[in-house]
Amino acid sequence: MPLAPPITDIEQLKPHPALARLVEWNASVVQAVKFDRDELTIWIQKDAIRETCAILRDSTDCPFNYLCDLTCVDWYPSEPRFEVVYHLLSIPKKERVRLKVRLDGSSPAIESVTSVWPAANFYEREVFDLFGVRFTGHPNLQRIMMPDDWEGHPLRKDYPVEGYR
Amino acid sequence: MKQFPATVAQPGQNRTSDDRTLVLNMGPQHPSTHGVLRLVLEIDGETVVRVKPEVGFLHTGIEKTCEAKFYQQVVPLTDRIDYLCPMTNNLAYCLAVEKLLGLEIPPKAQWMRVLMNELTRINSHLVWLGTHAMDLGAMTVFLYCFREREDVLRFFEMVSGQRMMTSYFRIGGLALEPPLGFFEKVKKFADRFPGNVDEYEGLLTGNPIFMMRTKGVARLSAEDAIALGACGPTLRGSGVDIDLRRDAPYTGYENFKFNVPVRTEGDVFARYVCRVQELRESIGMVQQALAGMPEGPIKADAPKVVLPDREKMKTQMEALIYHFKIITEGFAVPAGEVYQAIESPRGEMGYYIVSDGTAKPYRVHMRGPSYANLQALAKMCEGGLIADVVAAIGSIDVVLGDIDR
Repeated sequence: MPLAPPITDIEQLKPHPALARLVEWNASVVQAVKFDRDELTIWIQKDAIRETCAILRDSTDCPFNYLCDLTCVDWYPSEPRFEVVYHLLSIPKKERVRLKVRLDGSSPAIESVTSVWPAANFYEREVFDLFGVRFTGHPNLQRIMMPDDWEGHPLRKDYPVEGYR
Repeated sequence: MKQFPATVAQPGQNRTSDDRTLVLNMGPQHPSTHGVLRLVLEIDGETVVRVKPEVGFLHTGIEKTCEAKFYQQVVPLTDRIDYLCPMTNNLAYCLAVEKLLGLEIPPKAQWMRVLMNELTRINSHLVWLGTHAMDLGAMTVFLYCFREREDVLRFFEMVSGQRMMTSYFRIGGLALEPPLGFFEKVKKFADRFPGNVDEYEGLLTGNPIFMMRTKGVARLSAEDAIALGACGPTLRGSGVDIDLRRDAPYTGYENFKFNVPVRTEGDVFARYVCRVQELRESIGMVQQALAGMPEGPIKADAPKVVLPDREKMKTQMEALIYHFKIITEGFAVPAGEVYQAIESPRGEMGYYIVSDGTAKPYRVHMRGPSYANLQALAKMCEGGLIADVVAAIGSIDVVLGDIDR
């Protein structure tokens, strides 16, 4: 089963309910799209992430009402360094979509989506703890996995696997 | 939805005189917290005002470790995440990497994967049922459940040599052929297991003490369950009909017939009924898998990814070269990313893997179902009694290895 090449043309991918809804609402928030291995990824403008999530959650045709996962990828040393990744699921329609936001390496911060899904609370704390990405508007942005006085953010690529000795 | 304030008062902190509440630590060494879960409870008499889960005691940095290993070396790490359902974790990881590679898995391997996964679900639900009942004061059920669980663990030992940390699935198929006599033994177990479930139900369902401890306790509405990211039987107990085995079939689940038990009450009893029904559905799927087990290879035909048979490796030059290359330098996975979600006994278990085209994963992230369910715990407990916190913890079936990773 050879892999099909990824599709990055926004016009071709418009039938997907998530992209259709976003383009209908405000096409300027969509920076790029990619359809690879049966999964749709949409890169969203950084400032619009909370609104985008709210729009997708409240969409009438295909409400992406469930936040499956929220995590981050560190692309050190290239810039923009961080990519915050949101996996959404539509429980009524069983559709999935992945949203991504690129963040700069110097003091990365992004608006929290806890007001859209309270489920984001722990996930954002985990990303803050392990990557050092700040979420503005988060009700309780504290370390969750590492001790409170820990130095550094272990999942960053410039953090050694064995830790600092 | 009520949010936590930035800081919940810690014991010993100065408090105003009109403040009637008390802060109580439950765990991390409390027997009913199923591991090293610490709950900071703010209580007003017997009533729980606020619950703040504290996790991270078991954090071992598995996600970071994965980045330093070859793809095939990550499989044993995945067992250790959710140690009650090792095969489910193996499967989620293998499926994700196979999706990245675009690898086709032969039918026998797929059916074996379904068979082992349903046995894993039975194993996990038996531990849950035993400990949950014991938390609520019913000791006998625990002994009965662990009797049957022992049989399931013996099956794991037969196929993989390990009772708990099985690592039986490999990228591209299975590690070994199941041994002679394996299917007959599983068949015997599958034939008598429904009777065992009747036995557990006879002890619990309808038992007035058990009903009083579970009915109407720790309620969670469907809206809250979705907003808080609850999954699996916790979500289905609140009336949301979703099961990834049916809605997004993987590894051949589309060939199996089963029902998805859903209850609308959203209390501890509803979750109990969902899981006990799942035990019956799972054993039905085990029967189907045994009846329809296809013949054929157990590994994909991909010599650059799948290790050759031992026999071939010792007799054929080419196989030896592939073996040497896979062991020493791994195999390159085409760049890209996938999110593979499967239905673990606790809910949606998702693996997000990013590949940069090398032999080591660039990023592996596990979406643990217990981590998601734990967020719903506070909503369930607030306003209830302290004793009901114990019932609520049992009903969401937390595994701390899955939360802390």
